Amino acid sequence: MSALTGLTLTAAVEGLRKRAFSAREIAQAHQEAIAAARPLNAYVLETPERALEMAAVSDERLARGEGGPLEGAPIGIKDLFCTRGVRSTAGSQILGNFVPTYESTVTANLWRDGAVMLGKLNMDEFAMGSSNETSAFGPVINPWRSSGSNRALSPGGSSGGSATAVASDIALAATATDTGGSIRQPASLTGTVGVKPTYGRCSRWGVVAFASSLDQAGPIAKSVADAALLLRSMSGHDPKDSTSIPAEVPDFPAFVGKSVKGLRIGVPKEYRVDGMPAEIDALWTRGVEWLREAGCEIVEVSLPHTKYALPAYYIIAPAEASSNLARYDGMRYGLRVEGQSLSDVYQLTRATGFGDEVKRRVLIGTYVLSAGYYDAYYLKALKVRRRIADDFEQAFGKVDALLTPTAPSAAFGLGEASGDPIAMYLNDIFTVTVNLAGLPGISVPGGLDAKGLPLGLQLIGRALDEGTLFSLAGALEKAAAFKARPERWW
Amino acid sequence: MAIDVDTVRKVANLAQIREPEERLASLAAELSGILQWIEQLGEVDTDGVEPMTSAVAVALPMREDVVTEGGATGDILANAPKSRDGFFVVPKVVE
Repeated sequence: MSALTGLTLTAAVEGLRKRAFSAREIAQAHQEAIAAARPLNAYVLETPERALEMAAVSDERLARGEGGPLEGAPIGIKDLFCTRGVRSTAGSQILGNFVPTYESTVTANLWRDGAVMLGKLNMDEFAMGSSNETSAFGPVINPWRSSGSNRALSPGGSSGGSATAVASDIALAATATDTGGSIRQPASLTGTVGVKPTYGRCSRWGVVAFASSLDQAGPIAKSVADAALLLRSMSGHDPKDSTSIPAEVPDFPAFVGKSVKGLRIGVPKEYRVDGMPAEIDALWTRGVEWLREAGCEIVEVSLPHTKYALPAYYIIAPAEASSNLARYDGMRYGLRVEGQSLSDVYQLTRATGFGDEVKRRVLIGTYVLSAGYYDAYYLKALKVRRRIADDFEQAFGKVDALLTPTAPSAAFGLGEASGDPIAMYLNDIFTVTVNLAGLPGISVPGGLDAKGLPLGLQLIGRALDEGTLFSLAGALEKAAAFKARPERWW
Repeated sequence: MAIDVDTVRKVANLAQIREPEERLASLAAELSGILQWIEQLGEVDTDGVEPMTSAVAVALPMREDVVTEGGATGDILANAPKSRDGFFVVPKVVE
C-alpha cells in the first residue's frame, strides 16, 4: 500500500502543512486501502465523495496557509457519532437508514480543525459488547492473527471498527467511545493507542446514548502523540451537553515527551486477578520497570472494591440503557414494524430492531429499575459506585497515576466468548472501574504475547489530568519500542 | 435471585419488547445467571454511603428559559417512518 497510509497522524499533518503531498492524495490513498481491506469489515459506510470534497477544501486552505491543526488528515468516525447527511446507525437495525440532520459536537470540532471523513466505522450494537459480534453489520475482523494460524480473531469492542481501521492503516486515526472499556480494550487487542478522557471532557451531544453517566468519546490512534493531537481537537466545553466540563483544553501534544521523573505510580494489587495469563502479568511487571527506569517512584496501592466494579456496572449501565433506548418506539425515526395496535407496533418494532445483547441489557435494566427492586439493585449499585470512586480518591492522595494491564487477554477467536454473557463482560474487568469513577485512562501497546498478538498497558489518571497520562504514556511507548505490525493477509 | 418465566414476560412487557413464548425460559435462565453474579454486591458494606448519581461533582448549569432553536419541522420529520402535513403519522390510539 501507499506510503501515505503508513504515516502517523502527526507526520501526515506535518507533511500536508509543508505540502509534501495534497489532502486529495492522502484521501485517495486511504480510499484505495479501504477498498482492499473490505474483508476486515471495519467500515459500515464509506464516504469517498464526502472525503474528496472535504480534501478539496483542505487543499485550498493549505494553499492559503490557513490550515487547521488536523487540516487534510483523513480519519474514520465510529458509527455512534451523528454526522449530518451521512447515515448513522449505532450498529443497530433499529436506526435503519437514519440520516441525521445535525452534526455531533465532537465531529463538528474535528471538521472545524480540518479533518477529512473517510466513512463510518463498525461497532457493537449501541456500543454494547466487547468483541464487535453484536453489530447488525457482522463482526469486524482483527488484522492481527496468531502466528502460524489463519483463524479470524476479534478486535475487541465496542470500538472494534475504529481499532481495526487504525491498526490496518485504513484511517490515520479514528473517533471511538468508551462506556466500560470500549476504547481501551480494542486498542489493547489491536496494538493501538486508545484514550478514554475524563467524563465531561468531550461533549456527548450527537453521540447516540448508551449509558449517559458513563459514556465518553475519545481517540484511537497509531501513537501517543497522535492520540493527544486528536483528543485536543475532540475536546471542549459544550453548552449543549449539561455534563460537559467548562474547563480549558490543555495542549495535550505538548505533554508527550515531557520528563516523568519523580512522578509516583501506583500499582493496584487487586488487579492481579486469578487466571490472568502469565504473559500479561509479566508485561505489567515490565511496564513497572520501564517507568522506574524513567525516574518514577513505584508505590503499591489498594483499590479494595475493584471486584465489585463489573457487577455494579451491569446494574447501572443497563438501567441507563433501558431508559435511553425507550426512545426507539418506531414513531419518529428508524424502523417501524406495523401491527394491530399501538402496543403491537412498539413491541414488534423493538423485538425486530434490537439484537439479542441489547434486548438482554434492556430487560436487565427494566428489571432492576422496576418497583420493588430499585433499592436492592439500582441504589445499591450507586452506593458501590461511590465506594469505587472513593478508592481512587484515596489512591490519588498517594500517587499521580496508576499502571495496570488493559485487558485480561489478548485477541480471542470469533465466537469464543459470545455464548456466555458474563465471560464476555469480564473483558472489561480492568477498564470499567475508570468509567464508574469518571477518570481518564489510556491504553498503550506494550508488547506481543507468545502467539505474536499485541497486549496493552493501561494508565489511569486524576480527573482532568490527561496531560500527565500523555507524558507517562509517551515514556511507556518509548521504552516498549513497540514496532510490530499485523502481517497483511487481506 | 432467580427470575421465572412470568417475571420475564412482565419485564419484557414493561420494556415493550415482544419475546416469543418459546424464548422466555432460556431468557429467564440467562437473566438469572447475570443477576446471581451481580448479587455479590451484597458483600459490600454501604451503610451511610451516599449514592453516586453523577460522574463529575459539578452543579448542573442553568440558562435563560427562552426558545433557542425552532422552525426545523423539516429536519425533525426527515427520518419519520410516516409523516403528513408537517406531522408524524402514528397508529390509531383512541378507538
